[in-house]
Amino acid sequence: MPRPLPQPTPETQHFWDGTRAGELRLQRCARCAHVYFPPRPFCPKCASREVAVFAASGHATLHSYVIHHRAAPDSGFEPPYAIAIVELAEGPRMLTNVVECPQTPEALVLDMPLEVVFAPCSDEIHLPLFRPAGGSEP
Amino acid sequence: MKPGRIAIVGAAETTEMGRIPDVSVLQLHADAALNTLADAGLTPADIDGVATAGESPTAVAWYLGITPTWVDGTSVGGCSFMLHVRHAAAAIETGLCHTVLVTHGESGRSRVGAGRRAMAPSSLQGQFEIPYGPMGPPTLFTLPVLRYMKDFGLTEEKLANVAVVQREWAGRNPRASFRDPISVDDVLGSRMIAYPFRLLMCCLVTDGGGALILTSAERARDFPRKPVYVLGTGESVETPMVSQMQDLTTSRAFRVSGRLAFEEAGIRHDDVDHLMIYDAFAHLPIYGLEDLGFVGRGEAGDFIWERNTARGGRLPCNTNGGGLSYMHSGMYGMYALQESVRQLRGVAPAQVPDAKVSVAHGVGGMFGASGTIVLGSEVP
Repeated sequence: MPRPLPQPTPETQHFWDGTRAGELRLQRCARCAHVYFPPRPFCPKCASREVAVFAASGHATLHSYVIHHRAAPDSGFEPPYAIAIVELAEGPRMLTNVVECPQTPEALVLDMPLEVVFAPCSDEIHLPLFRPAGGSEP
Repeated sequence: MKPGRIAIVGAAETTEMGRIPDVSVLQLHADAALNTLADAGLTPADIDGVATAGESPTAVAWYLGITPTWVDGTSVGGCSFMLHVRHAAAAIETGLCHTVLVTHGESGRSRVGAGRRAMAPSSLQGQFEIPYGPMGPPTLFTLPVLRYMKDFGLTEEKLANVAVVQREWAGRNPRASFRDPISVDDVLGSRMIAYPFRLLMCCLVTDGGGALILTSAERARDFPRKPVYVLGTGESVETPMVSQMQDLTTSRAFRVSGRLAFEEAGIRHDDVDHLMIYDAFAHLPIYGLEDLGFVGRGEAGDFIWERNTARGGRLPCNTNGGGLSYMHSGMYGMYALQESVRQLRGVAPAQVPDAKVSVAHGVGGMFGASGTIVLGSEVP
């Protein structure tokens, strides 16, 4: 069984269209310039509905994580694997996985620079994952 | 609200606790409720307010034969019962009802009469957390702690020590699930669940329940048990997604809820004789001690290491053994409240001498919600 995949809603469709197009799309408030994630059609800081979608740099740092060790049958995951919170260069944080990197405390160093890669999981969904910065182009 | 206007006049847990494969969730609510009604010398006909989480208050009221004029189904996770106490106090004070029953029952281990919760793939969690492989609380509630450890220099030994001290308390409690002493090495040597969390840093999964009855302080003196007074209450929520906490090293919901409860009670930290902090995992008491203001930022690991929360320490904490060693059905907040009541009644298995003020602090979801209740053995 593959990993569980998201089902976009009208408010998040642009994000998932973006990952399929190779872009990590965030939103910025036109009134207060706040950059935020997850998507919604208004600013969570000032409640303005004047918000714009833009492509983020894809740069991030490793903010925190755990390494899951228990058996995870039929989940699409092979333990041990890390579940990570990354902090995007633009400010917001998101949950993700770190790929192209041993899933060990020695290799996963907090604040290490990361860059986004997009993993095609279905025709509809490409998940944003992160790898150590400076990796080869996919 | 003025401190001491409302009192807890009934408190009890389920007859059995731990593994109860022959009792359903709804009956665990009822078993706890019947024990609590007996504790207060009341019958269902005396109850006109019902609050619960996990089950619907409709089901609990009907099952017990209660006709309420006030119900509360607030369900924000394991601290819901702290919020119920707060809401019940306001409802009684404003005359919406007179005598409130708060129930909890959960077949966490045996899953008898319990539904399986699945997160919709279109929910925010379903879109932005679940696809990355978290397997429930052991991989979500624990996510912030490496950030805390790096920022404040908390060691794995000091994290493990939280479980060691609580096991000492559990050793004095005949109802606790795990009572044998453990060492820091035992904790660090136990099976890895989700690095840096080993098995003994994670709560139990057990079956059980508990209930409370609240009424006005004027009526409280007519009940058989020594009343326990509600001095202050607080509640808040932050986020349904742990990845979206404002700061992974501190809980906004904890800070808001705690401040409200302390301000309403009009107490200082020095006034607190006994403390319960919901401990689903070993880092929760560390966050709780700091976010409630008992110690400064980054100081809680040392505070526990120096045995301040152990027996004989100046702030006995989680004296039932906590979710790590006493029991954890899934929504543990009720058991924290039960232990606070026992301590203030003077009947706890590991009794804190002369405990007059107790704080019960709860968490809901993964740092999603919080409720704080300050209780006292006397009206101030």
